[in-house]
Amino acid sequence: MNTTMVKLNNQQNQTAANAESQRKEAVYHTKDLNLWYGTNHALKNINLEINEKEVTAIIGPSGCGKSTYIKTLNRMIELVPDVKTSGEIKYRGRNILQKGYGVEELRTKVGMVFQKPNPFPKSIFENVAYGPKIHGIKDKKILNQIVEKSLKGAAIWDEVKDRLNENAFGLSGGQQQRLCIARCLAIEPDVILMDEPTSALDPISTLKVEELVQELKKEYSIIIVTHNMQQAARISDKTAFFLNGEVIEYSETDQIFSNPADQRTEDYITGRFG
Amino acid sequence: MALPESRNSFSVQQMIQQKKQKKNKLIQTEKIVPFILLLTAIVSVLTTVGIVVTLLAETFTFFNHVSIKEFFTAQKWYPFSETQGSFGILPLISGTLKVAFIAAIVAVPIGIASAVFLSEYATDRTRRIIKPILEVLAGIPTIVYGFFALTFVTPILRDLIPSLEIFNALSPGIVIGIMITPMIASLSEDAMTSVPKSMREGAYALGATKLEVAIKIVIPAAVSGIIASIVLAVSRAIGETMIVAVAGGSTPNLSWDVTGSIQTMTAYIVQVSQGDAGYGTTIYYSIYAVGFTLFIFTLMMNLLAQFISKRFREEY
Amino acid sequence: MKLINESTILRRMKPRLIKNLVFKCLFMAATIFALLVLGILLYRVITQGIGYLDWQFMQGLPSRNPEQAGVKTALIGTVWLMAVVAPVTLFFGVGTAIYLEEYAKKGKFTTFIQVNISNLAGVPSIVFGLLGLTVFVRALSLGTSVIAAGLTMSLLVLPIIIVSSQEAIRAVPKELREASYGMGATKWQTILRVVMPAAIPGILTGGILALSRAIGETAPLVVLGLPLFLAFLPQSVFDMFTVLPMQIYNWTGRPQEEFHAVAAAGIIVLLTLLIIMNSVAVYIRNKFQKRY
Repeated sequence: MNTTMVKLNNQQNQTAANAESQRKEAVYHTKDLNLWYGTNHALKNINLEINEKEVTAIIGPSGCGKSTYIKTLNRMIELVPDVKTSGEIKYRGRNILQKGYGVEELRTKVGMVFQKPNPFPKSIFENVAYGPKIHGIKDKKILNQIVEKSLKGAAIWDEVKDRLNENAFGLSGGQQQRLCIARCLAIEPDVILMDEPTSALDPISTLKVEELVQELKKEYSIIIVTHNMQQAARISDKTAFFLNGEVIEYSETDQIFSNPADQRTEDYITGRFG
Repeated sequence: MALPESRNSFSVQQMIQQKKQKKNKLIQTEKIVPFILLLTAIVSVLTTVGIVVTLLAETFTFFNHVSIKEFFTAQKWYPFSETQGSFGILPLISGTLKVAFIAAIVAVPIGIASAVFLSEYATDRTRRIIKPILEVLAGIPTIVYGFFALTFVTPILRDLIPSLEIFNALSPGIVIGIMITPMIASLSEDAMTSVPKSMREGAYALGATKLEVAIKIVIPAAVSGIIASIVLAVSRAIGETMIVAVAGGSTPNLSWDVTGSIQTMTAYIVQVSQGDAGYGTTIYYSIYAVGFTLFIFTLMMNLLAQFISKRFREEY
Repeated sequence: MKLINESTILRRMKPRLIKNLVFKCLFMAATIFALLVLGILLYRVITQGIGYLDWQFMQGLPSRNPEQAGVKTALIGTVWLMAVVAPVTLFFGVGTAIYLEEYAKKGKFTTFIQVNISNLAGVPSIVFGLLGLTVFVRALSLGTSVIAAGLTMSLLVLPIIIVSSQEAIRAVPKELREASYGMGATKWQTILRVVMPAAIPGILTGGILALSRAIGETAPLVVLGLPLFLAFLPQSVFDMFTVLPMQIYNWTGRPQEEFHAVAAAGIIVLLTLLIIMNSVAVYIRNKFQKRY
């Protein structure tokens, strides 16, 4: 990502990094976020700060609001009818819940990978080229480069380079999920949201995706919802524990798994419920 | 800004930014499209409004020529006489109901029996063969059924019942029955297959036969869907035109006789449309009054069918 | 002591099984009856009409002489009718379906449109004829032209294509839409590039079924006043024309046996056309069967 924008950020970061190496800039700043499905209060007073170029894991039992939260970060939650929110989420300093904030613009910067692999019923090439195309990039040469780079970035290039024009449904589940990651990389997002990306995959495919996440965090900020605590422990830098729509605990992953501050967190990670 | 040694000497995000100007056009499309789509959806509403307004307006004109009392109570429909014309719709209604009743007698038992066979007895393969054939039967143009009624069913019936006239209520009634059978069969089958398997399994596990399961479990559970299918099919029979126009005759009469020539509401409209009744005559307006009556009949039955299937929908 | 006497149960078992078998046969007979009728109908029509079905019949104009009568004007009229009905219903039908499935908010207005569509599907076709006669033929002075008949037929079959398009659009998985929105695509982009390509086989199948309904209908056209006997071809959509079912109706109404045979030949042509269209629909349905 050799963009002026990023370079500027890097310069700012350098000074910050010199001062205090573990302090990074926040991409998301959530303040007093509340969310209701109709009358169901699904998220209660969420306050979280998520840093860039890190993997932030969100864990918690089913129905705790972790998926709801991640979908609020790119406002996909609005596809559910009857959703109301209050509070604010600042992405790079601007409140995305504000009226007039363009969702399309937000989602161009914030990519998403879903629970089940959801490639389009098109060719592998067209799947990856979809994002650039809808944003008006039509030059075939540039598209070719984007597709190659994205597939390489998602560590699937070698497996599919000879059959880019075949239907994406011919791929295995794990390959489909990496293709979806490549599709997401194609618009060079700033943040990648992952909503239980390995829950539908076999262990080997899961391992590949986990390795990929480690690789991707060098360039992208990643927020991952997971059901699997070992996964959170393996790949994340920070972990947030959600319960009944509240953030119970949020700190360094090592901290949360070795020495949780809250009794409920300890109960959850030691498997007493959930 | 672009570093020459870099493999990717461009930034997608930057290009997206550059294409932003185009975006404005896109945003306009986003706003216009739903509006255009709404307009297309309005067409179906306008159609209904058009039908109601047209029928009402011309029917009112008709009632300027003929009294409402005469229309609903006179025993004779005899519009083509200059001097002693009579516009009592009862004979046309009786012709329509006779035909619809005969059709129901044919279609209800056959349709429901087929539905039971398809949902309870038939193997998957048989079902896959038979259902498309039923669809074909439902897709045959009604003029073909009319031809079939006049040139095949009527002669056979006349061999069996010598007193049967060439134009009668029986033959078109039977053929309309055949025409609506697939409708009853397929809608009833849908209702029966949506009865959950667990209910059937409960009975089978106690040693019930398929017949007992069908009659004591499946049909009672699906009864609202079955009745709705019958009501809809009868509504189709009432509105059916070409079969009765070809094989029913054009003699409106108020009787229980099914062997003689009759005229239905639809057949009357066809008869006038083909004739040379000039625009603005009482006869011209009469087809709207008859059409309106027909419309009310079928609308009532359709609403009834919807009411039945909604009101008595089983919650499984 | 046992409350249930096993031997009684066993004794009663046999009649129950026999009853089941008898009814199974009855139910099967009822189902076969439908197939039988279809067989007889086709057999009758073919044996009656095949003698008149030759190149001259396809080329011939209507005539008072059964030997010389042909379907050329009617067949070409039917093609003209399809040329009006297909684009009009596709535009309004698919537009309505997209509106209802993708844009309309759940509420009284949407429910009203939906209920209205299902009631419209139950309105007898002849009533559409009265509507067309008043609005298109008289008020808009289009006369008994291709366009007047085409618009009337379009309104008649609109509910069919709306409902099947709605089903096709509804069957597109929500995950695909989410993926598109997640890339920053707008709603219309998502509909155009993701939803429509996936829904198009279903829409086309419904469209063909609607079109076959339109070319088989007679009653509304009789009401519009389409000529039963026409010896020239339409040159534009504003010209008078006639269609196959009208021609068949005309021949069926003649007293002479010969004309019944000519009608049968016309029916063979009409049914062949319908079979071809339905085969295409089935082909599309199978070829593009959903793979998700």
